[in-house]
Amino acid sequence: MGAPRTLEDLGRLIAEEIGTDVLSWSIEHDELIMITERFSIIRILTYLRDSEALQFAQLIDVCGVDYLGRDPRFDVVYHLLSLVYNQRLRLKVQVDEGMPVPSVTSVYSSANWWEREVFDLFGIPFEDHPDLRRILTDYGFEGHPLRKDFPLTGYVEVRYDELEKRVIYEPVKLPQAFRTFDFESPWEGMEIAGRALISKEAKS
Amino acid sequence: MGVKKPFLTKESLHAGYGLQAIPEGVDPDVLLETLSQEVSQKGFIVTQLDKVAAWAQAGSLWPMTFGLACCAIEMMQTAASRYDLDRFGVVFRPSPRQADLIIVAGTLTNKMAAPLRKVYDQMAEPRYVISMGSCANGGGYYHYSYSVTRGCDRIIPVDVYVPGCPPTAEALLYGILQLQRKIQREKHFARC
Repeated sequence: MGAPRTLEDLGRLIAEEIGTDVLSWSIEHDELIMITERFSIIRILTYLRDSEALQFAQLIDVCGVDYLGRDPRFDVVYHLLSLVYNQRLRLKVQVDEGMPVPSVTSVYSSANWWEREVFDLFGIPFEDHPDLRRILTDYGFEGHPLRKDFPLTGYVEVRYDELEKRVIYEPVKLPQAFRTFDFESPWEGMEIAGRALISKEAKS
Repeated sequence: MGVKKPFLTKESLHAGYGLQAIPEGVDPDVLLETLSQEVSQKGFIVTQLDKVAAWAQAGSLWPMTFGLACCAIEMMQTAASRYDLDRFGVVFRPSPRQADLIIVAGTLTNKMAAPLRKVYDQMAEPRYVISMGSCANGGGYYHYSYSVTRGCDRIIPVDVYVPGCPPTAEALLYGILQLQRKIQREKHFARC
């Protein structure tokens, strides 16, 4: 093996090999990001895994992103690692609400639970998934909590009912009102104050 | 080594659950000597059944292992050699059938609420509950969350709340000692 391949070379190589299914690619924060066609994701991942020159043998994670207001609304993100070449790759496919994404469990079996997680939290269905059920949220949970339009407190809360002798679900009643949190970090504030001091010193 | 320590020190009497059993101003060593003489000469001692029962209960609290989150790490510290819960007769049990205390250590989620109640219902009476940490006390950091129960007292009745996020091992130990004092005050065999 020669000198380590740069991310630019890697991106160019993959874009050439896969062709029009790569919609665009870029390098941000020293990470290679590719936006690809949704319906060819199985073909792309199979190629990336099996190609001698790439060997992306490991699927690190599958996750979702909700860009509320964008069209299409969601991203499904695949993180890959090539152990042989010590290189990483991020693939994104864009999908609108209710539109299915082909399941990649046939390529990487580890995608099974991650796709269930994305389905649970974002409501993105995966086509041909062997067992597409909710994985994290409560049994009988309604809604998809990581969507931006999901209310923070949800819809139901639990308590034990002495009469029914079981844990029951009720609509949320918050005895304590929402607080307005101050998100300004004191450290960042210090930096601003520091800059003000420096400019004052520069003036005098 | 070699130094003979008194069986019950003054501090342990006033901090622990021996407070009510031995009256103020009585030297514990003398008391113990008197008691052992009484047992060896007469073969019995006279006391109140309530006190014996409370002493036995407080001295053998067996908690159900119920760690839910990071508080469980601190609970393990309390049980480990530095704080050593064993010396208070507190021995963690893996089954609710053998336990008479449950320490809810960590964030109680809505999904876990029903199993918690089930485990609590399986415990034999008398049973006690320690709510450990902010999350178990009232939701804590996750008070407004869609998936977290706002306090484990919505599910089971709590005897002692231990504050903290997470509480230190000392804090939990103090909570257990407080529960022992509470048990000492209880009367199971009240005269009708």
